[in-house]
Amino acid sequence: MENDQDKLLGEVTSGEYKYGFVTDIDTEVIPKGLNEDVIRLISAKKEEPEWMLEFRLKAFRHWQTMKMPKWAHLNVPEIDYQEIIYYAAPKQKKGPDSLGDVDPELLKTFDKLGIPLEEQKRLTGVAVDAVMDSVSVKTTFRETLAEMGIIFCSFSEAVKEHPTLVQKYLASVVPYTDNFFATLNSAVFSDGSFCYIPKGVRCPMELSTYFRINASNTGQFERTLLIADEEAYVSYLEGCTAPMRDENQLHAAVVEIVAERGAEVKYSTVQNWYPGDKEGKGGIFNFVTKRGICKGDDSKISWTQVETGSAITWKYPSCILRGNNSVGEFYSVAVTNNYQQADTGTKMIHIGRNTKSTIVSKGISAGFGQNSYRGLVKVLGKAEGARNFSQCDSLLLGDKCGAHTFPYIEVDNPSAIVEHEATTSRIGEDQIFYCNQRGISTEDAIGLIVNGYAREVINKLPMEFAVEAQKLLQISLEGSVG
Amino acid sequence: MQTEFLLQIKDLKASIDNKEILKGLNLEVKPGEIHAIMGPNGSGKSTLANVLTGREIATVTAGTITFDGKNLLDMSPEERACEGIFLSFQYPIEIPGVSMVNFMKTAINEQRKHRGLEPLSASDFLRLMREKKELVEIDSALTNRSVNEGFSGGEKKKNEIFQMAMLEPRLALLDETDSGLDIDALRIVANGVNKIRRPDTSVIVITHYQRLLDYIVPDFVHVLYDGRIVRSGGPELALTLEERGYDWIKKEADVTEETWTTDRK
Ligand SMILES: Nc1ncnc2c1ncn2[C@@H]1O[C@H](COP(=O)(O)OP(=O)(O)O)[C@@H](O)[C@H]1O
Ligand SMILES: [Mg+2]
Repeated sequence: MENDQDKLLGEVTSGEYKYGFVTDIDTEVIPKGLNEDVIRLISAKKEEPEWMLEFRLKAFRHWQTMKMPKWAHLNVPEIDYQEIIYYAAPKQKKGPDSLGDVDPELLKTFDKLGIPLEEQKRLTGVAVDAVMDSVSVKTTFRETLAEMGIIFCSFSEAVKEHPTLVQKYLASVVPYTDNFFATLNSAVFSDGSFCYIPKGVRCPMELSTYFRINASNTGQFERTLLIADEEAYVSYLEGCTAPMRDENQLHAAVVEIVAERGAEVKYSTVQNWYPGDKEGKGGIFNFVTKRGICKGDDSKISWTQVETGSAITWKYPSCILRGNNSVGEFYSVAVTNNYQQADTGTKMIHIGRNTKSTIVSKGISAGFGQNSYRGLVKVLGKAEGARNFSQCDSLLLGDKCGAHTFPYIEVDNPSAIVEHEATTSRIGEDQIFYCNQRGISTEDAIGLIVNGYAREVINKLPMEFAVEAQKLLQISLEGSVG
Repeated sequence: MQTEFLLQIKDLKASIDNKEILKGLNLEVKPGEIHAIMGPNGSGKSTLANVLTGREIATVTAGTITFDGKNLLDMSPEERACEGIFLSFQYPIEIPGVSMVNFMKTAINEQRKHRGLEPLSASDFLRLMREKKELVEIDSALTNRSVNEGFSGGEKKKNEIFQMAMLEPRLALLDETDSGLDIDALRIVANGVNKIRRPDTSVIVITHYQRLLDYIVPDFVHVLYDGRIVRSGGPELALTLEERGYDWIKKEADVTEETWTTDRK
């Protein structure tokens, strides 16, 4: 770990966004704009069954009655939903079941992003679903996993091949009426990952989805559904990047997790969508609904997120703790530099008896960045013995950025114990100088301090991601002092 | 050709907020020499340490500083550190969340990189830590914590000396390392410094008490007063100061009342 860190520190030479390139590939796009015909077209492109189209249309009709939420501590420019392209697919031969079928340009793209899709190149035992724009390009290790009864495939394939499972669980955690962005997603969602771990199976490798936006003027609306059946275990990772463009692009995803009795799901995200330039031009608008339900007793869902990208982040990965003794966790590091804005946090809804939740949120603001933690801890009347501990820390670099905390606590059971702690600190010039005086450069000093501050969260990530995350934290803050 | 002096300060002037603090200071230090700089509060001792280490509180307005034949004022603070200048801070800084181990490892490897050396392996590094911890009699509990976080005043000073032992500087500046130490801690710190020193290590001891100089015996003692070195001598000068205070210096230096009594808090 120490060594990796040294390597990372040495590796970093410039603060530029490394993933800002565009892949030159033929892309099939549909005309911009949103109406029922567009939704029928998306559904037809995906060769979906009737029930799926009905779900989309229902959501779309509902969405038309909704307004964009304004309660977040964010300054969001008007979004013209008729100016967005809702479907873009890199052109390639149908059904890329073997790697030989995947367009070499796409393989090169993912190689460049550090996500080689050749299974033999991946030594670390991580299965990947690679999604570019609206479609899944390739899912690795499918056969290996299938031998254990694990289903890991693109959402589109799941709709065709596992309709019963999809129908049973789709929108069971995030209903299509949930909120403006989730409803929009339900109407137009393109691809994403589907994962089912059968009873009693521990998934032997990390599962991951890598999302890449490539085409311009398009939105990305992926949908992910993870189901851990009784006593199952899975650790799932999500990564994302996008090219540097002057215009903003919309990303509105939905992730649903279901943990049955005794199951455990770890969901980790390293979010690195293009954040916009130093003047705040361009960047991704990231409006995401992530929610999991601990449906059965003794189940556990753990969210870990490192948010360094996006111009705007609006995201509250939450846990509904329905099963008795179920456990929800939320570990978050969110960085806002330059003109980035983030309003992120979690909801822990305690329904079952002796349910436990832990929230650790570490905000880092630099430049003109605005960083808000928004969290709800709700204990229902029957949640005898519920416990929550929340720790919300803010770290400031410079004096033009902002950090805000909005904790909401609603307790309807007298036996519940809810604790909330918050701190705000600043990286001082004297701390930087102290490091300088020992031979450490200012950039490395910030890296040390920030990684120290975020360690509690970073440590929750799988090793491979932890290294990436440390590097990202330092890069995203480069140029923020001095 | 090797220069005779490790450090050479000529006619140094420095200001804070347009107020001149160092008013033409001269000092020459050869390899292996120990110099003590004494003087009342507010005379500019810490400002000198800041100027030498590149802390941008004071602005250099005139004069030159040569370190090992190179122009020190051209170097960034971290370059100066890598060239072998170490400051034991009068007020060491706390860095929560950064472990001593990680901090020291980064510092050592940055300095090694500067000298064209490979980073230390994890096991060599840990061996070095252990060795130096014994040398300065610092508690393992301290080096397992975050940098200076929650350390007592004395522990912080000890930790500075521990870092000095780890980094093996060519020039060590000790800025009031003795203040706030009881007599046992003082002895440990001073002995630490003596044990760390190699024959060519130079030390500048900044203090306004004589007692540290019983343990770290200086070759030269300078009295800094109102931004100038007003008197230099051997170790006996420190004893004279101890007996007679700074008043006689003041009279000799013949400066106005308000300058020398400028006492920070
Ligand atoms: N950060 C600062 N801002 C303004 N004045 C300062 C600052 N640091 C020191 N000074 C002033 O510079 C003078 C010398 O201070 P210093 O070098 O700390 O003296 P010493 O270390 O000898 O006690 C004092 O008059 C002090 O008030
Ligand atoms: Mg001082």
